[in-house]
Amino acid sequence: MTTTELDRAGSVVTTPGGTDLAVHAEGLVKTFGEHRAVDGIDLAVRPGEIFGVLGPNGAGKTTMLRMLATLLKIDAGRAEIFGVDVAGNPHVIRQLVGVTGQYASVDENLTARENLWLFGRLLGIASPRARRIATELLGQFGLEEAANKPIAQFSGGMRRRLDLAASLISRPPLIFLDEPTTGLDPRTRGQMWDTIRSLISDGCTVLLTTQYLDEADQLADRIAVIDRGRKVAEGTPDELKTAVGNSTLQLLLTQPGEVPTAAEVIRRVLGSDPVFSPERGRLNVALDQADLAADVLIALRTAGVSISSVSVAKPSLDEVFLALTGHEADGDRDSDGDDETGTEENR
Amino acid sequence: MSAMIAPTRETVRAAERVSAARRHVSLGETLSQTLAMAWRALKKMRRNPEQFFDVTLQPLLFTAMFAYIFGGAISGDVASYLPLLIPGILAQTILTTCMATGTQLREDMDKGVFDRFKSLPIARIAPLAGPMVADLVRYTIAATLTFGMGLLIGYRPGGGALGVLGAILLAIFTGWSLAWVFTWVGTIARSAQAVQGISMMILFPLTFLSNAFVPVETLPDWLATFVRVNPVSHLVTAARDLANGALVTGEVAWTVLACLAVITIFAPLSVRSYKRRHM
Repeated sequence: MTTTELDRAGSVVTTPGGTDLAVHAEGLVKTFGEHRAVDGIDLAVRPGEIFGVLGPNGAGKTTMLRMLATLLKIDAGRAEIFGVDVAGNPHVIRQLVGVTGQYASVDENLTARENLWLFGRLLGIASPRARRIATELLGQFGLEEAANKPIAQFSGGMRRRLDLAASLISRPPLIFLDEPTTGLDPRTRGQMWDTIRSLISDGCTVLLTTQYLDEADQLADRIAVIDRGRKVAEGTPDELKTAVGNSTLQLLLTQPGEVPTAAEVIRRVLGSDPVFSPERGRLNVALDQADLAADVLIALRTAGVSISSVSVAKPSLDEVFLALTGHEADGDRDSDGDDETGTEENR
Repeated sequence: MSAMIAPTRETVRAAERVSAARRHVSLGETLSQTLAMAWRALKKMRRNPEQFFDVTLQPLLFTAMFAYIFGGAISGDVASYLPLLIPGILAQTILTTCMATGTQLREDMDKGVFDRFKSLPIARIAPLAGPMVADLVRYTIAATLTFGMGLLIGYRPGGGALGVLGAILLAIFTGWSLAWVFTWVGTIARSAQAVQGISMMILFPLTFLSNAFVPVETLPDWLATFVRVNPVSHLVTAARDLANGALVTGEVAWTVLACLAVITIFAPLSVRSYKRRHM
């Protein structure tokens, strides 16, 4: 039905047969001068799921999102959102996608209520209804008390919530969340996660970018790991964590010189290599089960390797990256163009 | 529909949204979006009163300064210089005011909220035209204060209230039209400072190489030629005829024509460069 109607309208290109994907991207590329910020990324986001894009600063997450949101030109490859070609129909795409930026994109000069009203008006909603929606959203996001205060007085968490509220005015079927909790304190992050889960569980599709493994784990149904503009892994949080090990044994040896011996012992016990930390004498060991730690420790004791400290932790993004890419998630590496707005390079 | 395999709620909603999506922004929508953006710009002005400094202080200061400094030298005395000077100051003030449009747009475009504007299904011209509509308030203040200050130091316009009103309206229209040039500069320059610099280079020759402050007859021939074709000269002459004699001369037509030409060229250029830069 959709396909015929659109064909009659003549300007919207739908995939033959109509994909049932919310986001379908193939070989997306964005170049800023010599730097390929996004270097051939494929994505398939199913309707109704929360899809996480995980990667360090400068990996190309934001650039990719901005291309999908029609904010940046797609240099090569193609993308469809609900079967609509992104490059060919930016105006249609903008009606389907709510964008919540990395830096809260609300107007500093207006109050929270005025912001929501303005965006409602711009979306073509009549003034009284825009006012009603603003009040509703302020209530849902716990911002009633601050509704008439200038945004300048808002905390980081309040800004993010307002930003998210603004993206929901038109109830778009697809929402982009660009690093929704970067820079927030742990308590506010937790609140933001609750907000995202509760408000978005009503049937939207969500494409989320994050640098935090735990955030992707908490929110996403599926995760794509992005590094240097390329996708290095994709799967459910459980699949990814299994690839990395469920937990990490962190060892600090008394004698840094004994690292090779310790590595040899670990290889023998687990059949896999430990990860050498830049810190002298420190080793990280991925474990499928936390109780394997005991086996490793006993073997080390038997081999006469002395340990000065030991801990078992959940794998961090660094370890995911080491496991998947063989190098550390050293953010800001050559990261111009990603976490910047990307517009400066786009001329 | 019934033939389809039981679709989930969200896919149906998305499909409905795709088919309900509009392909283009209509003229009516563009207008209401522009007005919404103008409302935003007015709020911003009210909350940053320093934006009114140029439109209040400049007409007051410049009118008095120019009158007392040049009055004697150019026209023998201050009173007889005023009919020549006030319409000139009017043009200069309006031009300075519309120069700020570009600088402010550039500053605004670097802010996060412009990302949201770009991501919304709105006419690309709305974020550019909205602030320009709001700027009409600034032009009105600047024009009114220029004449107010003139009256205070002894200017008695021969054209009466209607003539003065005509001059003010013409100046406002000219300011609004020329603001498109600065809006375009705002969309192509890299920073607000760059906009300021480029705008000054456009503004200074336009105002000073005109008949705004001195009679054209006193200029060397080559300069007089440029001064005669300068659109600012047309505005100044038209405003003089209106304010001093309530005369609607051909100069009014020339001014309006030049303004329309500016809009026809620079409005599409601005939208194009805004779109290209931000897709």
